[in-house]
Amino acid sequence: MRKVDIDQLPDARGYFGPYGGRFVPETLIAPLQELEEAYRQVKEDGAFWEEYRALLHDYVGRPTPVTYARRLTEACGGARIWLKREDLAHTGAHKINNALGQALLAKRMGKTRLIAETGAGQHGVAVATAAALLGLECTIYMGSEDMRRQQPNVLRMRLLGAEVRPVDAGSRTLKDAINEALRDWSFHLQDTHYLLGSALGPHPYPRLVRDFQRVIGEEARAQMLEQAGRLPDVLVACVGGGSNAIGLFHAFLQDPVEMVGVEAGGADIASGRHAARFADPQRGRVGILHGVKTYVLQDAHGQILNTHSISAGLDYPAVGPEHALLHDIGRVRYTHVGDDEALAAFRALARLEGILPALESAHALAEAMRLAAARPAEHIILVNLSGRGDKDLDTVTQALQEELGA
Amino acid sequence: MRDETMVARQGVQALEQAFARAREEGRAALITYLTMGYPKPEAALELVPALEAGGADIVELGVPFSDPVADGPAIQRASYLALQAGMTPARCLAQVARLREAGVRVPLLLMGYYNPIFHYGERAYVRDCRQAGADGLIVPDLPPEEADELMDACRQEGLALVFLAAPTTGPERLREIAGRSTGFLYVLSRLGTTGAERRFDMEELRRRLAEVRRASPIPVAVGFGVSTPEQARALVGLADGIIVGSAVVERAVDGAAALREYVAGLRAALRQ
Repeated sequence: MRKVDIDQLPDARGYFGPYGGRFVPETLIAPLQELEEAYRQVKEDGAFWEEYRALLHDYVGRPTPVTYARRLTEACGGARIWLKREDLAHTGAHKINNALGQALLAKRMGKTRLIAETGAGQHGVAVATAAALLGLECTIYMGSEDMRRQQPNVLRMRLLGAEVRPVDAGSRTLKDAINEALRDWSFHLQDTHYLLGSALGPHPYPRLVRDFQRVIGEEARAQMLEQAGRLPDVLVACVGGGSNAIGLFHAFLQDPVEMVGVEAGGADIASGRHAARFADPQRGRVGILHGVKTYVLQDAHGQILNTHSISAGLDYPAVGPEHALLHDIGRVRYTHVGDDEALAAFRALARLEGILPALESAHALAEAMRLAAARPAEHIILVNLSGRGDKDLDTVTQALQEELGA
Repeated sequence: MRDETMVARQGVQALEQAFARAREEGRAALITYLTMGYPKPEAALELVPALEAGGADIVELGVPFSDPVADGPAIQRASYLALQAGMTPARCLAQVARLREAGVRVPLLLMGYYNPIFHYGERAYVRDCRQAGADGLIVPDLPPEEADELMDACRQEGLALVFLAAPTTGPERLREIAGRSTGFLYVLSRLGTTGAERRFDMEELRRRLAEVRRASPIPVAVGFGVSTPEQARALVGLADGIIVGSAVVERAVDGAAALREYVAGLRAALRQ
């Protein structure tokens, strides 16, 4: 494997190797250029990052801790499992890191309104929170199917002052919410910033989101060196668009550390009822969705497929372009975990560690549990526990109905 | 109605002829849009001849895509239903070929999003478009800087690749886009997505078109938000062509005769 100087990516056209770019209607080119330019300016502006870091510290509660999962480790009977506790960040997930970063940037650009898509609702809550904190208007697009299964987050967004607009098109999930947010943006460019929530979409979003999530890995690296005395052997993170994963991985890319990205295996791969872009070569092919060239689940005619996952946050047909590159060069191994196994991991963490993980994070946890069982006791596996599971209580209760006596 | 002495040409030349003819007749060219496969899979076979008979100078045929981010509710809905009914890019091309066999001579532009074209293979798609009898492509989510391969394929096959200029497009970029566009330049009348329900600011558009004229001699057609003969008439003298999309799609369910009448009304409004 050739060592890739990924710190230099994306290139000037927004490419990570063959992936990335900017495939959008002409109307959106200028605002994307404006965003790119604004970010270029703040990149070198110490005051901006000082303000950002102060918010992360004083408001979000960073650094989030790393926790050694002793009882889970014992139950798996192998390598030691550590958790990076993004579930303890304000609003309950890593999404707030990016939301605050982009909201600060939007404010610098003179924007007065934020719009965003949301799947699980964690990004929507994070954006609504940032908007409330910084005094910005806020509209969140959410698939009506996702609104149904993530009802608590819909209420939270509304309490935070955001307008939540249901999207009834297509599969009524994250993909359709992004379509609608892009359409809204194309009407309201002047006063509105589109606060995209994952490391995907047209340039410069994949870079912007990665840079604002990089704090996860930077903290984790220092924390592991201090608390465990060394770097972990393996990092594991779930990958929907891939922002929590790239946020964790990025600071470790030049280290001799294995990395595993976990996609949603859904019901099963053969039937197509999943969201695993790398696991299904028949459907997961290089294509273009939402402005970016990357692996996309599509049918034989290039129509984008509806995906399935028990976790709304992973239920998306494309993967961030940097992940596509990391996949191709073999720097990160991508695997998948199905609905049932994610549920089992959810329960295990609840019973053994007293932590309810987000169903998204439970996918990463399930892979870590598999790996732990197969690895020696001196190995360390660090899992990004990207969010907490309160939002998933309805889904989990339904899935485990008999057992919970509901 | 057509000048039979003119040799029927395909591709960029067919579009140029259409604009030249309209100019000779002292009017703007009428460009109408249909989503293929809506309201039924073979609807285009009846509706395109109706558009031609009503006086459309160029017809855009929408190749439906699952995620049409540049489109408003009317075209979104038509695309969705067309896909549900089994429409595919290959079927669209087959219908273009049947339209040509049936004697339809109006220049045909295939308007479709990039992913299905990328998936089909850009060179194969353009070749098959030409063989079917299409004259060019409009790809609303493919900006010129990402379009080298498709531009090259179109050049080789002699087909037009029409680019779009938006109200947000700056002067330098406008010159570049106008320079790369072939056939004509598609100028968006306003921000946002397609749809008849949102109007545009005439003064703003007037300034915009003057700027485009300074940037390039290429014919200019205005689209987005144009649906009535009055709006069309207001654009005469400012643009070389007007594009009516969502309003045609909305009337596609009314059948061929009604559509022909509607188009004839628009066409009449374009006389100076």
